[in-house]
Amino acid sequence: MTILKNRLFWPAAILVVLLVVNAFTSNQFVTVRDGHLFGSLIDILRGSAPLVLVALGMTLVIATGGIDLSVGSVMAISGAVACLLISDLGNQNSVGSVLLIILVAIGVSLLAGLWNGTLVAIIGIQPIIATLILMVAGRGIAQLITDGQIINVQSGPYATIATGFFLALPVAFLIAVAAVVLITLLTRRTALGLLLESVGGSPTASRLAGIRAKRITVMVYVVSGGFAGLAGLIYSANIKSADSIAAGNLIELDAILAVVIGGTALIGGRFSIAGTVLGAVLIQALGVTVVAIGVPSDLTLLFKAVVVVALCLSQSPEFRAKVFGRFKTRTEAIA
Amino acid sequence: MTTIDATPDTGNKKDSPVNPRRRVYRPNTKYIPILATLALLVIMYSAGVANYENFGQPSVIVNLFRDNAVLLVVTVGMTFVILTGGIDLSVGAVISMTTTLTATLLQGGWPPLVVLVLVLLLGSLIGAGQGAVIHYFKVEPFIATLAGLFLARGIALFINQSSIPIRDETWKAISEYRIPLADGVVTKPVAIVAILAVLIAAAVLAWTRFGRNVYAIGGSADSALLMGLPVARTRIAVYTLSGFCAALGGVLFSINSTSGWALQGNGLELDAIAACVIGGVLLTGGSGYVFGALLGVLVTGLIQTIIIFQGDLNAAWTRIIVGVLLFAFIVLQRLVTRKVSR
Repeated sequence: MTILKNRLFWPAAILVVLLVVNAFTSNQFVTVRDGHLFGSLIDILRGSAPLVLVALGMTLVIATGGIDLSVGSVMAISGAVACLLISDLGNQNSVGSVLLIILVAIGVSLLAGLWNGTLVAIIGIQPIIATLILMVAGRGIAQLITDGQIINVQSGPYATIATGFFLALPVAFLIAVAAVVLITLLTRRTALGLLLESVGGSPTASRLAGIRAKRITVMVYVVSGGFAGLAGLIYSANIKSADSIAAGNLIELDAILAVVIGGTALIGGRFSIAGTVLGAVLIQALGVTVVAIGVPSDLTLLFKAVVVVALCLSQSPEFRAKVFGRFKTRTEAIA
Repeated sequence: MTTIDATPDTGNKKDSPVNPRRRVYRPNTKYIPILATLALLVIMYSAGVANYENFGQPSVIVNLFRDNAVLLVVTVGMTFVILTGGIDLSVGAVISMTTTLTATLLQGGWPPLVVLVLVLLLGSLIGAGQGAVIHYFKVEPFIATLAGLFLARGIALFINQSSIPIRDETWKAISEYRIPLADGVVTKPVAIVAILAVLIAAAVLAWTRFGRNVYAIGGSADSALLMGLPVARTRIAVYTLSGFCAALGGVLFSINSTSGWALQGNGLELDAIAACVIGGVLLTGGSGYVFGALLGVLVTGLIQTIIIFQGDLNAAWTRIIVGVLLFAFIVLQRLVTRKVSR
């Protein structure tokens, strides 16, 4: 019964069902080829890396009671910056220059996050509007950077961060794992997680308790921007080009969804990193599975809608009380 | 936000013993964001007239309503939702569902009037469903309407993924009909529908019990409940209204383009929210006017017109300028509300 009552039980159950369906329908679930792991499971893990990264940043932002709508635009900006700089390189395969460019792109994303954080914490604008500004303007900025074109790059080192393998595992997956481990250690092995939750619970009370609430709020938006930038790099490296319209389109909604599926309430004050990762992988697995079982890809959204409705209702205490409450009292009466 | 109404009174009391006769016109603080938007609109328009040939022609303003009719209708619905402190992300998807369904049914030879009633009902139904889930199951509006977005766009893509032409005579006739306003100035029926929607919504919000309830819930839902106001009915009605407006917007879209396409209206929900914010509707709820939302839509429309007149500007600038305006207006609102709450 205790397992059933866990908020993550249903999302985890759905993920397991999806993976089992995948294992039966796809020819290769996990296989080894050329010393790398291949198969639909690996595809799901690799494909979910950008969403996991974005959702990770989003979790921290939501933990403080905020929201970051600008992640998709930041993805577009970081991909645009990286591809523009790489396309100007004399030798696109120079590892050093590509690394430097990656750092520059992430730096730009951190700045975008700093802008959001400043608006929210220092000027005191509601997070949803503060980040709406960059969401609207950011994609325009990305289009200006690429001059409205799709910039193609032919850089081996750059492509590696999305499609490469290291120790038989996809590099993108490893990046996501590293980020998850880092954030988990930082929030659960230091006091940082507690501080985040206290700011989310009540910024005023935490300020009075001696916590630098403003500084923490700015920090989570910077982190969210940085992760979004990293996700943008993986996305653009995967398609070897910068597409400022399609990059990160609607990913903010998927990320928020992943966070909510993971049991983090939008009002803040509590967060679950494991839940978010579970939610993000679940969303990705849903998309892959729907295609794998032969349903046309245009039905993915309908499936998604059904899963979202089912999960959100199953997590709503009011729904449980109204639907299962009658049932429960009857069984109790019998007992 | 409820403090806004009370503050001017206390201000007057403080001032009165010093100099009772001194009367300086000071606009009510709740009108400042709207007045700022209006001033901006006038400045933008004058700048346009000064810089570009033919900008001063009446057709520029008339076309503003024609080109932004869909956004205007959707923004009207969104205003109600935002006034109650909620948000509706599903409107763009409802538009795409409506256009696809309309085109498909008309292609199947259904009578136009039946199609019209059916799609409007369906849009309202989706809205009502979202409202019910939000109110009764306490699901966040953001998440509930996000599910609505997936559902509506999923249905649209399920019906047809490609663009469907509309060859129905009634639809074509409405699309080609021109209403002469003055010498050489014509407009389309869609613009008239949009303006009617704005007028009706403004009247409902200002003069009906329903309108007062909307403001009350936005100010504080708990207080509204304690006062005995019908919170459940009003909240569901607001989302129903937004769904209806989105479906109406979809019908206007299908009339404008005489086609239906599942990717139409993508991201329109954010344009509508942005227009509300520029028009001084507070996203926390309880404060704002339909007239402000109208001004917000006109501002974004005028930016696009200026960019078209300029000619050498990239379309990306529209987004950037809208972003900058959003920033300016939010900071302005912040300053105004901060002054009031002090």
